[in-house]
Amino acid sequence: MIRLTINNKPVELDVEPDMPLLYALRDELQLTGTKFGCGSGLCGACTVHMDGQPIRSCVMPVSAVADKAITTIEGLSENADHHIQNAWREFKVPQCGYCQNGQMMSAAALIASNNNPSDEDIDSSMQGNICRCGTYQRIRQAIKTAAKNLREEV
Amino acid sequence: MDNQTIQNVGRRNFLKATGLTGGAFILGATLPMGCSVEETGAAQHEINFFVSIAKDGQVTIVNHRSEMGQGIKTSVPQIIADELEADWDLVSVIQAKGDAKYGPQSTGGSASIRTYFTYIRQMGATARDMLEQAAANIWKVDKSQVKAQGHAVLNLANGQTIGYGDLAIHAANLPVPEKDSVKLKDIKDFNLIGKDVKLVDLDTMVAGKMQYAHDIQLPDMLIASIERPPVVGGKVKSFDATEAKKVKGVVDVIRLKDRGLPSNLLPLSGVAVLATNTWAALQGRKKLKIEWDHGTLIDEGSNDYQQKLKEKVNTKGITVRNEGDIDNHQYNPDKTVEATYSVPYIHHASMETPAATAHVKGDTCTVWTGTQSPQRVQSQAAEEIGLSKEEVHKVEVNQTTMGGAFGRKSKGDFAIEAVELSKATGKPVKVVWSREDDVKHGFYHSVSANYFKAELTDNGSADNWVMRNAYPPISWLWNLEAEFPSDGALSLGYADIPFEIKNLNIEKHKVKSYVRPGWVRSVACINNGFALGSFVDELAVKAGISTHQMWLNLLGSDRMVDPSGPNFKYSNYGLDLKDHPIDTKRIKSLMNLLAEKAPINEETAEGEGWGISFLRSFGSFVAAATKARVVDNKVTILEMHTAVDCGIGVSPDRIKAQMEGAIVYSLSIALMGEITTKDGIVEQGNFHDYPVLRINQTPKMFVHLVESDAPPGGIGEPGVPPVIPSITNAIYHASGIRIRDLPVSKVLSV
Ligand code: FES
Ligand code: FES
Repeated sequence: MIRLTINNKPVELDVEPDMPLLYALRDELQLTGTKFGCGSGLCGACTVHMDGQPIRSCVMPVSAVADKAITTIEGLSENADHHIQNAWREFKVPQCGYCQNGQMMSAAALIASNNNPSDEDIDSSMQGNICRCGTYQRIRQAIKTAAKNLREEV
Repeated sequence: MDNQTIQNVGRRNFLKATGLTGGAFILGATLPMGCSVEETGAAQHEINFFVSIAKDGQVTIVNHRSEMGQGIKTSVPQIIADELEADWDLVSVIQAKGDAKYGPQSTGGSASIRTYFTYIRQMGATARDMLEQAAANIWKVDKSQVKAQGHAVLNLANGQTIGYGDLAIHAANLPVPEKDSVKLKDIKDFNLIGKDVKLVDLDTMVAGKMQYAHDIQLPDMLIASIERPPVVGGKVKSFDATEAKKVKGVVDVIRLKDRGLPSNLLPLSGVAVLATNTWAALQGRKKLKIEWDHGTLIDEGSNDYQQKLKEKVNTKGITVRNEGDIDNHQYNPDKTVEATYSVPYIHHASMETPAATAHVKGDTCTVWTGTQSPQRVQSQAAEEIGLSKEEVHKVEVNQTTMGGAFGRKSKGDFAIEAVELSKATGKPVKVVWSREDDVKHGFYHSVSANYFKAELTDNGSADNWVMRNAYPPISWLWNLEAEFPSDGALSLGYADIPFEIKNLNIEKHKVKSYVRPGWVRSVACINNGFALGSFVDELAVKAGISTHQMWLNLLGSDRMVDPSGPNFKYSNYGLDLKDHPIDTKRIKSLMNLLAEKAPINEETAEGEGWGISFLRSFGSFVAAATKARVVDNKVTILEMHTAVDCGIGVSPDRIKAQMEGAIVYSLSIALMGEITTKDGIVEQGNFHDYPVLRINQTPKMFVHLVESDAPPGGIGEPGVPPVIPSITNAIYHASGIRIRDLPVSKVLSV
């Protein structure tokens, strides 16, 4: 039995310890907002936060997240009103939407640690997240706006 | 399409069809033949969708086309709502299941709006007409005395209004007016078409709650991961599942049936591991021991295959178009350009890999999947469980939004795998493709070669123009003897060349396939557009003029081009050439707009250069410009523009989004995408060896949309073909390095 916290709720998982967190979230906990894209840490679709840091849940065995606090897209905000989500709506970022949960999780972690990211900061923090629909330009714009709104709030 | 009828479908039927509740006024359209929803069966209809209005005025519109990121789930209802004079805030949208009663649902070829625009408008207009009639009846005035506006009908005489919610029940009891008696709005009165309305699923997506095929979960469901034959047409010789079955969570191991060749759009067979969770299925699959019979499609390797196609196009082919007299022409070597271009196998690589869930119960079946062809899935699933053509309604296909598709999901092989496994186990089964499954067992844009030769003329243009191409036809999927592209395929940016050339030879070649060729975003316009755009640039360089000027010179006088001839019938993407002409004036003004918006003719810094190109495809005109820097054999893309004339644009922001997406997709194809095979086996497997563009490689980009009243063209695909050669041309002008074989990463770092 592996104990951890997911979206502020304590959770016990009775799964193989080598099962990647991605499948525990999706198949065991019905938290399907975290997506499969590559299974190899190459695309970022499965990004969640572990103690606030963005991680790729597809290559993170559940045994490695024991006692950690995990946040998934379902727990990013109460009413889909995180600065990142507001900016994502403002710039109409999603096309198919499939990569966007991972994009938003990476972006939220970025502005939490850097509330005034440059293009280079965005490129280096976001280059692990592939969007095959090609929404990168809007992602850049949305991150800058979200960061600005965050700065103004502080 | 002429015998369209629109009829008032009873409320009960509508509810049955859509699972809706609360509708009062329901307008259905079924085409053709005037049969009711229940009677239509699997007959071919041109279009069909439904509008319902509840007592509280809430309008519900069924979107019958497949959403894959292009925004059609907003655009189709937006068109209906405009003609309906509905308030967009009071419109909700539901997604249709796969069913012939809706008319064609197959979503590809950028066709939803360019093909069905008028018919979609008629749905809204007919509903509006009936609401007006209902109000006129209440006020006991002639219909000419009332007017629908703002979700209500206005009495022109006294200024009274009645809301749609109150009219709904009355309108529902009226006969449906003749199509010809219903007036479509004047284009200048559009109040939603051409405006950016709230996108239907935006909030759901941003909340992280959009549901895709991967996300379907049912009680007692098994999850299947399938090891498929490495070579198309191969089969399992023998297998040992002992170790696989020992993995905790694995429930069953099932050998799929052999289906042989031609492959059709059906599964490839193999061995499935079924488990209670995805991880167990994957672990079990790793422990399978399988011996394969690779079958007959062992190729010489894609590099040799490509080399042969390049050699082939340097020899005379079969005539497609032959105008003037080239055969006796003596080329002046100082004025002649001759070039061979090639494109490798390209894969869709949508972010969401294929996935489908099926539950077969007796002689019925329910499927949940994201497909571009829900009706094909329905009929193939019916066949799979032994139903006759008349019984397809026993299969229900629920359509999820696709996490990208790009043509891959027009094939429903993954859904039929789920049906086969559910039938075998009696349980709901979700088949999930890994990324490696997706990359290795795709339907690829084929390896291709294009050849050009032309001689410069004294007036800065070119003549004695020869073009040939070679690639296997997609129809090979159904017929192993098919070795020539169809006229429809040759119409894709190839034999429809819009230049004013007196002496012209266009030829085709015979080619056999090894892997499954398939439609990838823009199809043969990828290779044809790349080759044409590159060759025009090479001619310009040879002539010592700007590429922009060379395009204008080649296009020549203002005219409408009809490329058909004795050996070639131009298909024009299924559009009428009268409504959607190849209009050289429109092309030239678009090229000029591009030159205005992007400084393509200005001096650049050392190591930098601009490249441009153009292609009209899928009924739309797109010109593209790229600025690149090449330093120490490393390419950086600095800035990109596309200018788009797609006629009437329904959802401008989604058009821009598609163009931005096309730029990114094209950068992947031009710079880095390459699938290779050895002995018929695909060598790549994931994003490390089939890289696609990332944010750090993305330039700033600009989309310039031409306002137009012309009939709408397509949007999903036309952005790709001109962008690819604009990239390689920019690299040439920055560095002098001419890329004739994609991708660029073969010779430069990207
Ligand atoms: S699914 Fe985890 S990085 Fe791609
Ligand atoms: S929005 Fe479709 S993959 Fe990013």
